[in-house]
Amino acid sequence: MQVPATFQYARATGVEHAIELLTRYGPEARLVAGGHSLLPMMKLRLAQPEALIDINGLDELTRIRVDGGELAVGAMVRHAGLLASAVVGEHFPVLRDAERMIADPLVRNRGTVGGSLCQADPSEDLSAAFCALRATLVAQGPDGRRVVPVREFFLGPYETVLGEAELLLEVRVPIRSHASAYRKVERRAGDWAVAAAAAVLELSGGVVTEAGIGLTAVGAPRFVAEEAERYLCGGPPDEERFAEAGRVAGEECRPSADQRGPVDYKRHLAAELTVRALRAAAARAQGQEA
Amino acid sequence: MTTTGERPVGFGRMTRKEDARFVRGHGTYVDDVRLPGMLYGAVLRSPLAHARIVSVDTSAAEAHPKVRAVITGETLAGLGLAWMPTLSYDTQAVLATDKVRFQGQEVAFVVAEDRYAARDALELIDVEYDPLPPVVDARRALDPGAPVIRDDKEGRTDNHVFDWEAGDRAATDEVFARADVVVGQDMLYPRVHPAPLETCGTVADMDAVTGKLTVWSTTQAPHAHRTLYAMVAGLPEHKIRVISPDIGGGFGNKVGIYPGYVCAVVGSIVTGKPVKWVEDRSENLMSTSFARDYHMPGEMAASRDGRILGVRVKVLADHGAFNSTAQPTKYPAGFFHIFTGSYDIEAAHCEVTGVYTNKAPGGVAYACSFRVTEAVYLVERMVDVLAAELGTDPAELRMRNLLRPEQFPYRNKTGWEYDSGDYPRALRLAMDLAHYEELRREQAERRERGELMGIGVSFFTEAVGAGPRKHMDILGLGMADGAELRVHPTGKAVLRISVQTQGQGHETTFAQIVAEELGIPPEDIDVVHGDTDQTPFGLGTYGSRSTPVSGAAAALVARKVRERARLVASAMLEVSPDDLEWEKGRWFVTGDPDQGRTMAEIALAAHSTLELPEGVEGHLDASCVYNPPNLTFPFGAYICVADVDAGTGQVKVRRFVAVDDCGTRINPMIVEGQVHGGLADGLGMALMQVIAFDEDGNCLGGSFMDYLLPTAVECPSWELGETVTPSPHHPIGAKGVGESATVGSPAAVVNAVVDALRPLGVRHVDMPLTPAAVWRAARGQPFRSDLAIT
Ligand SMILES: Cc1cc2nc3c(=O)[nH]c(=O)nc-3n(C[C@H](O)[C@H](O)[C@H](O)COP(=O)(O)OP(=O)(O)OC[C@H]3O[C@@H](n4cnc5c(N)ncnc54)[C@H](O)[C@@H]3O)c2cc1C
Repeated sequence: MQVPATFQYARATGVEHAIELLTRYGPEARLVAGGHSLLPMMKLRLAQPEALIDINGLDELTRIRVDGGELAVGAMVRHAGLLASAVVGEHFPVLRDAERMIADPLVRNRGTVGGSLCQADPSEDLSAAFCALRATLVAQGPDGRRVVPVREFFLGPYETVLGEAELLLEVRVPIRSHASAYRKVERRAGDWAVAAAAAVLELSGGVVTEAGIGLTAVGAPRFVAEEAERYLCGGPPDEERFAEAGRVAGEECRPSADQRGPVDYKRHLAAELTVRALRAAAARAQGQEA
Repeated sequence: MTTTGERPVGFGRMTRKEDARFVRGHGTYVDDVRLPGMLYGAVLRSPLAHARIVSVDTSAAEAHPKVRAVITGETLAGLGLAWMPTLSYDTQAVLATDKVRFQGQEVAFVVAEDRYAARDALELIDVEYDPLPPVVDARRALDPGAPVIRDDKEGRTDNHVFDWEAGDRAATDEVFARADVVVGQDMLYPRVHPAPLETCGTVADMDAVTGKLTVWSTTQAPHAHRTLYAMVAGLPEHKIRVISPDIGGGFGNKVGIYPGYVCAVVGSIVTGKPVKWVEDRSENLMSTSFARDYHMPGEMAASRDGRILGVRVKVLADHGAFNSTAQPTKYPAGFFHIFTGSYDIEAAHCEVTGVYTNKAPGGVAYACSFRVTEAVYLVERMVDVLAAELGTDPAELRMRNLLRPEQFPYRNKTGWEYDSGDYPRALRLAMDLAHYEELRREQAERRERGELMGIGVSFFTEAVGAGPRKHMDILGLGMADGAELRVHPTGKAVLRISVQTQGQGHETTFAQIVAEELGIPPEDIDVVHGDTDQTPFGLGTYGSRSTPVSGAAAALVARKVRERARLVASAMLEVSPDDLEWEKGRWFVTGDPDQGRTMAEIALAAHSTLELPEGVEGHLDASCVYNPPNLTFPFGAYICVADVDAGTGQVKVRRFVAVDDCGTRINPMIVEGQVHGGLADGLGMALMQVIAFDEDGNCLGGSFMDYLLPTAVECPSWELGETVTPSPHHPIGAKGVGESATVGSPAAVVNAVVDALRPLGVRHVDMPLTPAAVWRAARGQPFRSDLAIT
C-alpha cells in the first residue's frame, strides 16, 4: 500500500471559508476536490502538501446551469455529472465526447471539472475541449473575483495563473450555434491520451466564421492549434481544408516522445485527430450524428 | 449444460465453493492478517540501476520515535543472510551490500509501529551512491568492455549467465541446406509482468519462547518456501510453518522468495514481534519476477509445397541482475525446447544464451509453463512468416503440417513425448466456429476498399504437470506431490493437498475429483491447502501443474480409500471383497445389487466396533504421493479477427475463437473461466504490455498508468470450443489448462494484426502492438519496444 506523508486536513464550508483556510495554512496547502490527481501524487510522495483543504462540501460549486446565454459549470461538477448533463450533450457534444473517454467510471464519479483544469496536466482532455470552446473561468481569491479566458489560464505543465489562495468557481461557455466534436487515441480504455483533438466550428453561409481546435498531450501551447484555427476561418468546411488544417496543427504542436509514442507519430495523430474531429463537427453541423 | 441444474456428484458444471467467501468480502489475504503487537516493515529501494554503495546512514531513521529496527545489508551480512540462493543456483542480494544492480533493488528495511512511520523513516535513511554505467540493452550485455554487473562473483569478467542448447545441430543444418525455402524473422518477446492484483507480502512471527516461526506469505509453493527457509536461514524445518492464505492472483509471480520476505522474518527475530510487510504496486511491478524477455531470431525451412522441415533459433535471454528464474533444474531455459510446437518437423535446434542486465531479476513468471509461451510464440509467428513467403493460407499451412492423431504418443526432435492429441480436429473446429472461409472472403472485400482487417491463427501444444522426479526438480526437490484424504465417521471428507490456489478454484475442482471417485457430493468434501502444518509436502501451483500432478494424487488417494472401503464393506456384508462391485458411492454384491453399503455407512462402520478384515487397521484415511510418469500436453487452436485503423494504428480485436483440449474437463465452467482469463492476459501482452527501460536503466512500467492491464472494453466476447482427448497416463485423463490460453493467444493476436498489415508489406511487428508501434511498423519504421521510445 502506498501511503502519503503526514498532512493537516480542514473542511471548507463555503467559498470564502476555503479562501480563508488557504490563506491561513499558507503556500504549502492544497485544495482537494475529487482527489484523483492529487492523492495519487501524494501516495507516490511526488506531492507532500502540509495541509489539504477539502472543498467537497461546497454545494454551490456542483451545479450545471444555463445563465444569460452561457453554460455555467461549477468547479465541483464531477466528470460523471458533465457526461450525464442533457444541456451539455445538446449544445456541447465536444464535452460529451471527451467525457466518454476520460478515465473510467470510478474516476469520473469523483474527479471534478475544476480539478481537471487546475491540475493543468498536459494530457488533460477537458483543457483541450474548453480551450477549443474558448471558455472563460471564474475564480475568487482574497482580492475578490476575476474572470480569466481559459486560453490565458495555463502557464505550462501543472501551472496556472491562479494565486495561492485562489479558487476556481466555475467554467462558462457561451451557447452558440456551433458544432463540435472530440477525438482521442488511447492505448487502452481509461488511459490518458496518446493525443486528442477537440474541434469547434462556427459556420455561416457555408463558410467557417470561427474555429476552435484544442489539442492535448502533444505539447500544444495553451492546448490550442492557433494557426490551424486561423487557416480554417473564411473558407468552406471541406475535406481539403480540414486536411490542411490538420497538417498545420500537427506541425505547430510540440510533442515529446514517451512510451505512448515517438514524436512523428504524435504529430501525425495531432493532424489525423484534428481532421477527424473537424469532420465529425461538420457532420454534426449538417445534422448528422458522428 | 446450464448452471441451474443439479449439482454434480463428481465431474460437471458447478459454481465454485469458494465464491461465496470471495464475493462477500470474507476472503483472508496476507494483508488481512493482524496479530497482537504486530509491526510494519518497509523496504528502501535503489533509485539507480547500477551504482556502488559508498555509505548507508540509518541514524536519523533509527531516531524516529516509532521506528523499532533498521536492517541493512551489513546487518544481514553479520547473520550470513545478505545473499540468498535463487531458484537457478545463482545468488541474489537480500539487501545490497556492495552495489545496487537494478532500479528498485532492496537496500534497507525499516520496522516501525505503523505503515506510515515505516514509510516516513525510509526518507530518513541517507545512502550515498557512486553511479556506474548500466547495462540496459540485452543485445549489448556481452560486448567487450560492457560494465560487469556481477563482480560479486569471484573472477567474473562478463555478463554471461549460461549457454544451453537442445536438438540436433548437424541434422538441422543439413535440413536447412537442402530446403527449397528458408525464412528468418527476428522477434522479441518483451519483458512483461504477471501483475497479480494482490501484491506480494509476508507476516512473519517468530515465537521467541517456542522457537517456532510462522510465516503468512503470498506463495504459490508453501512447502518449497518452508524448506528453503530452513536451508537458507538454518532454521529447523519442523519449527517453520508457512501459511499461504487466500491469494489474489499468482501467475508465477509468487513462486520464489523475495528479499522482503526474508527481511520480515529477520525483522521479527530482531524485534521479537510479528512483522508485516506488503509491497505496494510500484514495488511489485519494478522489483518482483518479470517474465519473458527473449530475443529470438527464428528460422524455418520448408519445401516449396509447404512441408515444414526444420526450425532453429539462437535466443538471447535477458535474466536481469540475478538469475532467479524458476525452472526445473536441468533446463535453464525452462521447456523452451518444445519449440517445434504442434508440427511434424524433421529437425530442430535451439541455442539459448542468458545474460545479466541491470534490470529486476526473475524470468519465468506469468503463466508461461516454463517458457512454452515463448516457444509457441516463436513457432507460430514463423509458420505465419513462412505462409506469407509461400503465399499459402496460414490455416492451410498448419493443417498440412500438424501432427496426425496416429503419431501419438509422439516423440519430437528435442526429446519431448507428447501424450495424446487430435490436432486437425481442433483446428477444423476452430475454423468452423470462426466461419474461416467466410472471414477470408470478407477480408478480401475489405482490402478492396483499403480497410485493414486481419485473421490470425495459432495452434499450440502445452507441456504441463512438472514433472517426473527423475527428470525435474527445483533446487534438488523432486516435483512429486502428496495428498491425504480423511473420511469422517459420518461420511464427510477432508482432502489435504500440497498445491495452492490463487484463484483457480482448487477447493471446487479437487472436491469434484474425490466426489467422482467416491460418490460423496463435493459440498461434503473440504479441501485444505496452503498450510504446511496441515498438508502433505509438494511443490505447489505453477506451470499448470495442480490438476496434472496433485489432481492425480487426489484421484489416487480416493481410490485407495475406495479399496479400503471395499474391505470394510466385505466385512459388513460378510462376502469376499472379490464379490463386490462399485457403483458411484456404493459397494454392492455382484449379482445382488440390493445388497450393498454406501460410503457413509462404510465410513461409520470403519470407525465402529465392527471387526475389521486383514488390511484395514481402522478408519478409511489414506495418503499418497504422485510422481507423474510424463508431462501432459494440452493443446488448442485459436483464431483472432482484428481490425486496424490505418490512420491511428489502433487495433480492435473483433472476435476471438478458442478451441481448447485439456483432456478430461473436471468442471467445464472453471475450465472456461481459466481460458477467459488467459485470453485476456494474452491479449494484454499482445496489445499493451511491456516493461521497458530507458538508457539509465529506469523502469518505465512501474505503475498501472504505465503498465496496462486489459479491460472488458478491449476484450471481445470470447467464443470457446472444446475437444476432449484424455491423457492416457493420467489417472483421470486431465491435462491442466491454467496457462493454455496465455500460451496460445498472443501469437493469434499478433498474427491477426500482421495479417491486417500485409497489404502494406509488413511481415512482423513486435509486441506490444500499441497504436504507435503499429503505425510505425506500417511505415516500415518499427522501434524497439524494450527500450525507451525516442
Ligand atoms: C486512473 C486515472 C485515469 C485518468 N484518466 C484521465 C484521462 O483519460 N483524461 C483526463 O483528462 N484525466 C484523467 N484523469 C484525471 C482525472 O480527470 C482527475 O480526476 C482530474 O484531472 C482531477 O480532478 P480532481 O477533482 O480529482 O482534482 P484533485 O486531485 O482534487 O485536484 C487536482 C489539483 O487541482 C487543484 N484544485 C482542485 N479543485 C480546485 C479548484 N476549484 N480551484 C483551484 N484549484 C483546485 C487541487 O488543489 C490540485 O492541485 C485520470 C485520473 C486517474 C486517477
